[in-house]
Amino acid sequence: MSELFHVSSAPHVRAKTSTQNVMLWVIIAMLPTACFGIWNFGFRALLLIVATVLSCVASETVYNLIAKKKNTIGDLSAVVTGMILALNFPVTLPIWEAVIGGIVAIIVVKMLFGGLGQNFMNPALGARCFLLIAFTSDMSNFVTDAYSTATPLAELKATNGIIAPWNKYQLTDMFIGTTPGTIGETSVLFLLIGAAILVAAKVISLRIPLAYLGSFAVLMFFFGKRGMTIPEIAATGVDFGTLFTQASTYTLAQLMCGGIMFGAFFMATDYATTPITKKGQILFGICCGVLTFLFRTIGGTPEGVSYAIILSNLMVPLIEKITVPRAFGVVKVKKEGK
Amino acid sequence: MNKYTERLFNGIIKENPTFVLMLGMCPTLAVTTSAINGLGMGLSTTVVLVFANLLISIFRKKIPDGVRIPAFIVIVASLVTIVEFLMKAYFQALSDSLGVYIPLIVVNCIILGRAESYASKNGPVESMFDGIGMGLGFTLGLTCIGIIREVLGNGSFFDMPILTDLGFTPIATFARAPGAFLVLAFLVAGMNIVRKKMDEKGKPLAKPSGCITGDCANCTSKCADEKK
Repeated sequence: MSELFHVSSAPHVRAKTSTQNVMLWVIIAMLPTACFGIWNFGFRALLLIVATVLSCVASETVYNLIAKKKNTIGDLSAVVTGMILALNFPVTLPIWEAVIGGIVAIIVVKMLFGGLGQNFMNPALGARCFLLIAFTSDMSNFVTDAYSTATPLAELKATNGIIAPWNKYQLTDMFIGTTPGTIGETSVLFLLIGAAILVAAKVISLRIPLAYLGSFAVLMFFFGKRGMTIPEIAATGVDFGTLFTQASTYTLAQLMCGGIMFGAFFMATDYATTPITKKGQILFGICCGVLTFLFRTIGGTPEGVSYAIILSNLMVPLIEKITVPRAFGVVKVKKEGK
Repeated sequence: MNKYTERLFNGIIKENPTFVLMLGMCPTLAVTTSAINGLGMGLSTTVVLVFANLLISIFRKKIPDGVRIPAFIVIVASLVTIVEFLMKAYFQALSDSLGVYIPLIVVNCIILGRAESYASKNGPVESMFDGIGMGLGFTLGLTCIGIIREVLGNGSFFDMPILTDLGFTPIATFARAPGAFLVLAFLVAGMNIVRKKMDEKGKPLAKPSGCITGDCANCTSKCADEKK
């Protein structure tokens, strides 16, 4: 018995995943859409992204210095927050407003609640909503080729959901992304490439995005402005085939314009602000989908993705409470009859 | 420090109704969109508070214990009505911008709180000074919040434009409801840091003493001090 055994408690096998690793994958996955945004909107988009990222990293450093804590910028989450936030800006946003957004995201939404993992709301989205209230006109000043124009989503709302051949934007434009909008939201193609990277790297599971997009699409298909069950449209006497085509085109357009794709894959999948249970994640996705549907159809503004996601973020503790899985080996106790 | 200045110090700093006792949150959050609104709301509350404390203290031995709350309300409501009419006559613009929050002073918890926990137990002069201290503390809190919200949310200071000329786009969030919560939270956090520092140094600012809630039935130690 001369050998000395080192005995330690579990876990003995560790995965190589680290926060830094995960965040790096998210950054890589956002690069395609960011590059497309820079190509589409010009050099100023790059400037905005850099400024916002720097603002986020600097805010985290300063906060940690003041609070006398270890600097946490090494986990790259501030960079991710900055990138997501910048991709949510219209390209014309003044730089100092973007910098304020970064400060609000990191200091108010993230660090004051205890830093990464403790924040109850997605920092980038919290800051976006702050800026949306603060600088409403700057935040919705969308430009292509130096002309202020309506986004496809606004146009869809204005035309009451009709996608006619004379519309400015067709489905193919929305798919490729040569439309006005925020820097990162326009290109469905590049967002899907990014999402594929995230899924392949096992950073996100498809539960939340699919539940989100699925519930949203179903609701839009049946109850949207051009949906199957809208009485005014049925009353015009169109046959079933036309109705079906109309509803599906409308649903596709709703899925491809605005920030829903970006939101579903990059913002609704944030670890800290979404449920950890599988059932809970599906519920969370449906919650986002229903809220986005309501905001887009009944709400006053065309877009509702960011508000839908942060409201769902707030519901996460409740969702987790009702989806607590049964512990292994525990027999369900029957409620006593009255 | 005699007991009158102690009352003033107590109301403005030690038990500041806005930052320490967290009383009267409804007007604090709602009317502080500008510095002048905060100041106006604070001062009108102060006037009501001072006279309410004085009258309640004078009548404290006549008011039967069982109906004291309705009796306080009658006194406070009469005073609020006077203030409301005076403001309508002489400060029309301020009265318009404060709107329903002036009549709502009747149910302001600072006034009822002070009546219940201080004026109904102490003499008229001390009660009056308590009212002045609490009222000024409330005014200070509201004006601070109002100034910050007005400068950031509107780029002006007491209606004088100071930042808009410099090409600053006002951060409108601060003029809306979320701004009220944010500014209040940051100010309370700042106040707590100061109090913590003072506490470490053993200064008397440390914790609010005396009865805050007026809930004598569930109060263990502090009311015993007051009763002696």
